[in-house]
Amino acid sequence: MPGAPYYPMQREARCPFAPAPAVRDMPPLGRVRIWDGSEPWFITRHADQRALLNDPRLSIDEKRPGYPHMTRSRAAMAPHIPELITNTDPPQHTRLRRTVNAPFLVKRVELLRPRIQEILDSLIDDLLAGPKPADLVQTIGLPVPTLVITRILGAPYEDHEFFQAASHRAISHDTDPEDAARSSRELGEYLGALLVKRMAEPADDVLSEMGARVKAGEMTHAEAVTMGAAILIAGHETSASMISLGTLALLHNPGQLALLRDNSDDPKFVAGAVEELLRYLTIVHSGIRRIAIEDIELHGTTIRAGDGVVFDLAGANYDPAEYPEPDRLDLTRRARSHHAFGFGPHQCLGQSLARVELQVAYSTLYRRIPTLALAVPFEEVPFAMDGVAYGLKSLPVTW
Amino acid sequence: MRIEFDERKCVAAGQCVMAAPDVFDQRDVDGVAIVLDREPGPEHHDAVRDAAAACPAAAIRLVQA
Ligand code: HEM
Repeated sequence: MPGAPYYPMQREARCPFAPAPAVRDMPPLGRVRIWDGSEPWFITRHADQRALLNDPRLSIDEKRPGYPHMTRSRAAMAPHIPELITNTDPPQHTRLRRTVNAPFLVKRVELLRPRIQEILDSLIDDLLAGPKPADLVQTIGLPVPTLVITRILGAPYEDHEFFQAASHRAISHDTDPEDAARSSRELGEYLGALLVKRMAEPADDVLSEMGARVKAGEMTHAEAVTMGAAILIAGHETSASMISLGTLALLHNPGQLALLRDNSDDPKFVAGAVEELLRYLTIVHSGIRRIAIEDIELHGTTIRAGDGVVFDLAGANYDPAEYPEPDRLDLTRRARSHHAFGFGPHQCLGQSLARVELQVAYSTLYRRIPTLALAVPFEEVPFAMDGVAYGLKSLPVTW
Repeated sequence: MRIEFDERKCVAAGQCVMAAPDVFDQRDVDGVAIVLDREPGPEHHDAVRDAAAACPAAAIRLVQA
């Protein structure tokens, strides 16, 4: 197999939202070379991803030899991570996930909608009262999910800057393994102390809820802490990136932005627009990873037990068989079957929360600031391509 | 149309509730889906098909009556 292309691949600077051209040129069942020199299988088609991500012959158990880890630091950490929803298969995964689902139910996150609306409105008040131009990443993108998640976990507001910095260090491809491990440890210690406090004085938050499960013997203290850190890390840069990148994509497509602004008070339209932006941006761009535990036949080839498999989610979300003219941002498109949240039993735990955050953000921001505009040329907006999810380093805007 | 739901597979992603809120709900304690109406009327069929297609765990099967 000479010359399997290196993954993750570089996008084209001219169309930074679309997957790298090399991803779209791959055969249905290809191979890529990753950081450790190994060459896992590479799956890009929507239908193949749908079938395989639900196939019990593929495992997410990152402790198995040959697992195609995302980074060197993730590989170094894998043996030390307790069994969690993020590294177990059904039926164990099903059991663990049921202990953490409750706060993320559709009806529970709907109850948070008014609070999220308040957070957004007050951040926009501050933005409008402040100097122009402003950085939308720092003023809106990052604070929204940080405030929402600190509130959901039950952490005091004063600690949100620590959260932001530590979780960024724990996941960035730029961080060396020791730094990443130290940041994870710091987060763990912080959350462990907060868990103990909430077990003594429960409140209406996720750590209190997990604390009750620890007391009931359904979960260990270590599991609860690691889960709290996972929620924090998984939920904050992702939503932040979606808010900032979504705004940039809309400013770049003024017709679609006008359409969204005019339909801001139609919840169905806004919900559909969020799905299309999730598809179009597919921010989780470093491939989700699995390992085969039995042989699997696909397109006349055999994926052998022990082989790594990488799924490029943007590949599926730009599969023309599923989404005609995939490069076109079309907020009226039926995009709900996208894989931006993954597929199969590990599909995003926080997806309902992310949807509400994005629905509130996209329906409020452009309605309240109808003259919102880029303060620098599109080509000068600095992208952050190094993480599990891509995003923007800053988004200079004016109005 | 009859809905067959495999509770063991359900991961409580909530996709069915979003697609067909009149037909699916989620159990408060763990989010596992509840089928409110196993034989929904024709006015719900499109939504229920969306729900079955959106279920990430393939836990919803539709049987034509
Ligand atoms: C727009 C924002 C988001 C995107 C695009 C996103 C994307 C994803 C993807 C692709 C996966 C699947 C990983 C895999 O199968 O290997 C995932 C899983 C997960 N997400 Fe998200 N996510 C977002 C927001 C959130 C939020 C807000 C939270 C929590 C508050 C969250 C928590 C999780 C957790 C805990 C998992 C692991 C679930 C499991 O393995 O069972 N995510 N997410």
